[in-house]
Amino acid sequence: MTNGGHTRDDRWQIQIRGLHKSFGSQEVLRGIDLDFERGKTNIVIGGSGQGKSVLMKHLMGLLQPDSGHIYVDGEDIVGLDEVAIAKVQRKFGMVFQYAALFDSLNVVENIAFPLIERYRLPRGEILGRVRDLLRRLDLDNVPGVEEKFPAELSGGMRKRVGLARALVDRPQILLYDEPTTGLDPIATKNVDEMIRRTADDFGVTSVVISHDMASTFRIGDRIAMLYDGKIVACGTPAELLAAPDPRLREFVEPSGAVKFGAPS
Amino acid sequence: MSNAAPTNPSGGVQEFSPTQVVRLVGRIFGPLLGAVAIFGQHMLLLGRAFTWLFRRPFRLRLYLEQMEFIGVGSMPIIMLVGFFSGAVTALQGITALAMFDQQRWVGYAVGVSLARELAPVFTALMITARAGSAMATELGSMRITEQIDALTTFAVNPVHYLVTPRLVASILMLPVMTMVFNVVGLLGGYVISILVYQIDLGQVLELFRHWVDPVDYVQGLIKSVIFGIAMALAACYQGFNVRGGAKEVGRATTAAVVSSSVSVLVLDYFLIEIMNVIWPSHGL
Repeated sequence: MTNGGHTRDDRWQIQIRGLHKSFGSQEVLRGIDLDFERGKTNIVIGGSGQGKSVLMKHLMGLLQPDSGHIYVDGEDIVGLDEVAIAKVQRKFGMVFQYAALFDSLNVVENIAFPLIERYRLPRGEILGRVRDLLRRLDLDNVPGVEEKFPAELSGGMRKRVGLARALVDRPQILLYDEPTTGLDPIATKNVDEMIRRTADDFGVTSVVISHDMASTFRIGDRIAMLYDGKIVACGTPAELLAAPDPRLREFVEPSGAVKFGAPS
Repeated sequence: MSNAAPTNPSGGVQEFSPTQVVRLVGRIFGPLLGAVAIFGQHMLLLGRAFTWLFRRPFRLRLYLEQMEFIGVGSMPIIMLVGFFSGAVTALQGITALAMFDQQRWVGYAVGVSLARELAPVFTALMITARAGSAMATELGSMRITEQIDALTTFAVNPVHYLVTPRLVASILMLPVMTMVFNVVGLLGGYVISILVYQIDLGQVLELFRHWVDPVDYVQGLIKSVIFGIAMALAACYQGFNVRGGAKEVGRATTAAVVSSSVSVLVLDYFLIEIMNVIWPSHGL
């Protein structure tokens, strides 16, 4: 299938071509070419202010690029109108850095939010789907969890409720924005496990934005490095370790998380 | 060498480059342009909030929640301030009128000051302090904790979801609370004039009824609607545009309270001028 000269390849769920974005005189993305593999955990690493979040916002159509294309399942989402973008957004679920749960809503209302806003479903069905997720994410063993407000939850639980909210509309793609930032090593490991398990159990394509190197090499199927608005390295962890880009090496080595092969 | 005109080394009159001119103009008019830009952004937000008012889904629950918060929640403070404003106006009125032995006019004095000025202005200031500050803080913390970004990922427009209900609730509830202020204020005036100073009730009521016109109340209520817009707009704008952390939320809240209080008082002056043109006999 072609789309404006683009050939669809089912292996890749998202394909980005020549993406440029500037804010005023500051050029944040400078020609990004990147593919995210279907059903895999794709990780984008990079330092602060390298444009990771801006890239993620483009994927969901929250920002429009100055030029370039983003193909989601072969469909170019750049320049789509509000209604068409809303349709594309339903394929995505986003897990925010600090969960971004709505303070004024309780756990059930938070998780049900996308369903209530997008569809007119019977109350029973909404509640059924929410409870199913609570069970699958091990949240149902906390007494009275459904009625609790975000302020009453621990950091880890908040993250799982955020994940449940992202999963409730059965997305095909899950975006994680720096999911392990500010967590202790045990909590980090739990979140890694959660991402892995979610990918397996729900069969979603995961796109994770991270600067946690240990996590990245533990859970990533494919890793790309964003540096100065460009992708400077991309491949499986083994490929990257075997022939590392010097900038990748400089970024990853201080963490001591992985050992590189001989310098290329 | 003459210092009448700047010269360059080659002896000709020095010309300013376009960049220098732009920089000079920027330095002179920069602050003014900044203020105009901020005013423009407020108006754009107002326009967007009203446009979204007519688009589905209507989410009645959000409107009722805000009306409850701005209206019912502000009732105790409005009643307290209203009672004492009426009482103080009566007290000062009686003291002044006693010089001419005309204390019976106190009913008119209290009624008209409440209707035209005290009720709309004090109600707006009280609700700004209570609800406006809370709006700015709530929206500000929603912004820094990415809750507003989360809304957009569910294809929910944040202006539609957050600003429109607050604006509409303020427009609807400010006049209601202003009337509550009026009624309780009159009660305060009654307690001081009739119960404490023993002025004849019949005369006070007669002068109140004869001289305080419904137009006085209409003017006060029109003002309160406009104050409601100014208050909600300043609070939502400041909260919505928070960047950074908790400190910025605090700054936004202060800015919201200061800017809406100032705009209430400035608008009050201009509204009086406009209303004096519309209802000339009710002017000075």
